[in-house]
Amino acid sequence: MKKFKKQTRREFIKVCSLSAGGLFLAAYVPLGCSKPDREISSNILSPSAYLKIDTSGVVTVIVHRTEMGQGVQTSLPMIVAEELEVNWKDIRVEQADADEKYGEQMTTGSRSITLSFDPFRVAGATAKEMLIIAASLKWGINQTDCYAQNGFIFNNINENKFSYGELVSDAAKLPVPQNVKLKDPKDYKIIGKRIKRLDTPAKLYGTAKFGIDVIVPGMVYAAVKRSPTLGGSVKSFNASKAKANKGILDVIQISSGLAVIADSTWNAFKGQELLEVEWNPGPHANVNNESIRNSFLTKLDTDGTEVIKIGDPDNIDINNENILNAVYELPFLVHAPMEPVNCVADVKSDKAEIWAPTQNPQVLQREIANMLGFRNIIDKLLRLKGKDVIVHVTLLGGGFGRKSHSDFGLEAAEISQAIGKPVKLTWTREDDMKHGQFRPASMHKLSGAIDNSGKAVLFTHHVVGPSIKAQLSKREPTKPDDFDMVDGSNPLYSIPNIKISATNVNTPVPLWYWRAVYNSQNPFVVESFIDELAVAAKKDPIDFRLGMMDSDSRLANVVKLVREKSDWDKKLPEGSGRGVAVFNGYGSFNAQVAEITVKNNRIKLDRYVSVIDCGIVINPDSVEAQMEGAIIFSLSAALKGEIIIRNGGIENSNYYDYPILEYGETPIIETHIVKNDFPVGGVGEVGVAASTPALINAIFNATGKRIRKLPVNLS
Amino acid sequence: MSTFILNVNGENRTVQVEENTPLLWVLRDNLQLTGTKYSCGIGLCGTCVVHIDGIAVRSCSVSVKDSALKSILTIEGLAQNPDHPIFKSWIDHEVSQCGYCQPGQIMTIAALLNQNPNPSDKEIEDTMSGVLCRCGTYPRIKKAIDKLISGEVK
Repeated sequence: MKKFKKQTRREFIKVCSLSAGGLFLAAYVPLGCSKPDREISSNILSPSAYLKIDTSGVVTVIVHRTEMGQGVQTSLPMIVAEELEVNWKDIRVEQADADEKYGEQMTTGSRSITLSFDPFRVAGATAKEMLIIAASLKWGINQTDCYAQNGFIFNNINENKFSYGELVSDAAKLPVPQNVKLKDPKDYKIIGKRIKRLDTPAKLYGTAKFGIDVIVPGMVYAAVKRSPTLGGSVKSFNASKAKANKGILDVIQISSGLAVIADSTWNAFKGQELLEVEWNPGPHANVNNESIRNSFLTKLDTDGTEVIKIGDPDNIDINNENILNAVYELPFLVHAPMEPVNCVADVKSDKAEIWAPTQNPQVLQREIANMLGFRNIIDKLLRLKGKDVIVHVTLLGGGFGRKSHSDFGLEAAEISQAIGKPVKLTWTREDDMKHGQFRPASMHKLSGAIDNSGKAVLFTHHVVGPSIKAQLSKREPTKPDDFDMVDGSNPLYSIPNIKISATNVNTPVPLWYWRAVYNSQNPFVVESFIDELAVAAKKDPIDFRLGMMDSDSRLANVVKLVREKSDWDKKLPEGSGRGVAVFNGYGSFNAQVAEITVKNNRIKLDRYVSVIDCGIVINPDSVEAQMEGAIIFSLSAALKGEIIIRNGGIENSNYYDYPILEYGETPIIETHIVKNDFPVGGVGEVGVAASTPALINAIFNATGKRIRKLPVNLS
Repeated sequence: MSTFILNVNGENRTVQVEENTPLLWVLRDNLQLTGTKYSCGIGLCGTCVVHIDGIAVRSCSVSVKDSALKSILTIEGLAQNPDHPIFKSWIDHEVSQCGYCQPGQIMTIAALLNQNPNPSDKEIEDTMSGVLCRCGTYPRIKKAIDKLISGEVK
């Protein structure tokens, strides 16, 4: 999602002394050190904000990222358990509240593992070392004569042992060691295993608590009616019809519209419908898909801002007739998680407590604090007296980027402050679609050329569309780095002349990050156009790609493997086709082959074969699950996803006019994971990128039709 | 407002609500049985499926009035037997991702299998295609169901 700078281990680990005694190890702590939780005492060993061990030997791992289905409440504890040499059954998990003591807490950009691998290994290894030191002191022997295994420290000399629980009180008094030794990946016993997810049973039994399931005593329920046009506002309203209903307690005006307060969710929804409102349509009432598309079209043939240039793409000596040109386009999309956004807020005069299905708890905390006029987060961390915002992170019924936005939390807090009661705000499905935060639409102009040997010698790509960064910062992009919309727009091949350029076109449609964001757009365009070039070169699409990459690279390896695993070279019956696409991003490499059948312009998705190289793998089952989910997410968008804007508002309202892939439409998906010891890479968004171009290339292979506009329309 | 007696998971529960209130919201807000989920509200997505007299019903689209005095089973009721083969197969195949739609998926297949322990692929597909999952757990749902029907998970 966003680029991140890789931290060195030294930057991660900062040991800070505490006035209360003992030492406290945390992920990089930007503003000095916070104290451990109050309950942490001499009976708890907690050398890190991520880990507590009690005197019964139970290890509690505090997960500071959000569990939204990707398995982070299992994978992060696995990393600690591995280094700590503890039995998996002794691991417990706690979801962290928003707190800077954990470092940043965004669950975005497929980074939960990549950013947490080092600090969580260090946390486990540090606790293990402290337990070893405590045991060696008790026995009066060298540390080197002790070793840790299955929750015990063993005495190498006489095979005596202490359980971790027995050592906790002594270990807790020790200074926290620095630069502890980490295990060699070849000795891993838990990392790399198919460990059953800890969050699964409660989710199946219906006892898991998502945001929408939070109940606090005395709470009322709310729904918000918002302007049907983008940027519209309330002119006047009549609540008498709504209020005639006994269950509807009040109607109040808030920043985003009108909040209906009721004694149940259903009555709040009903009130939202009964409310009579006259709207100021605002400045965008004439906006529609066509007007936005036209605003892209006017920029398409301009030069744009040059972002990447290799060779001399403007002066290459090629006959014009040998240059292939194409225009691609993609629609706005919404996230549509099964759990619509919601939030419980209890705002009192001197503190606020928030329960939110959020991917971004610290930003939500900060924004709510600012909105409520509380002291800012710096004061909070320094424990200056002031007001307080506590943000509890619940399970998410799907996130996909949507729940890293703060809109729903801010609304709930504003309502609770206004009515002086705890409130549960629930967005209807219609609210979710009409008032979402949208993945940008875009248009792409490409040109390319092939030389006599059948290799690409020219590739130019002009990306036209709205920049999320520009909309959020309200600053027109100027420098190459400002153009977030070029992520994934560069081909992965050695082509001697390349030019990537971009033009920002502002839009009133609110933009936000969506699973893979621009990597759900540009790789579709690039990998489809590379396929067009392969066809022009009369080359097999895999041979064509391999011919333009280092044959020993990790990228070439996944391409070669997908050829083998997908039976690429076996002939398919008439009407069926295969397509390949390749992606590199988030520190990982992926190649996918789609196999489809087209009959009467209807596409049947037969099979997807995906090969991923994401370096060290924590839980292969989770990698496979994320790959399956990413492919299906991508295909939902490619085949069905399109936001319709008319008269300045979003027309889509529910899953019937913003459909997603169904059970019966899903292909067989085979995931193959490359085993190696490269640094751990991201997974969650990786699979989204290649699935759509693989489909588009398969459609061409099956039918000879080249799809350049999404969603796919074959008729 | 009217008073209704609902038989939920074998227990009689009394609620006072408007008669057209969907069963879904009575379960969630009045009875605090939050295992049954809201997602589309118009009977499209299947996350809110419960059993009424053994039949899979979308609780967002049936009123409390029409549910009264009938036997209602929610996911919490099915989970009174945590070793139910469906749960075992779902856990074996690690079906769940975010997990939000899974109670609806499970209640839907449970009703189908109650009526017909040996449904055809077509029947399964027609039934399960009505329950949406945004995480894309469909391939694993299929595997979990296949193992249930083949008797490999008991």
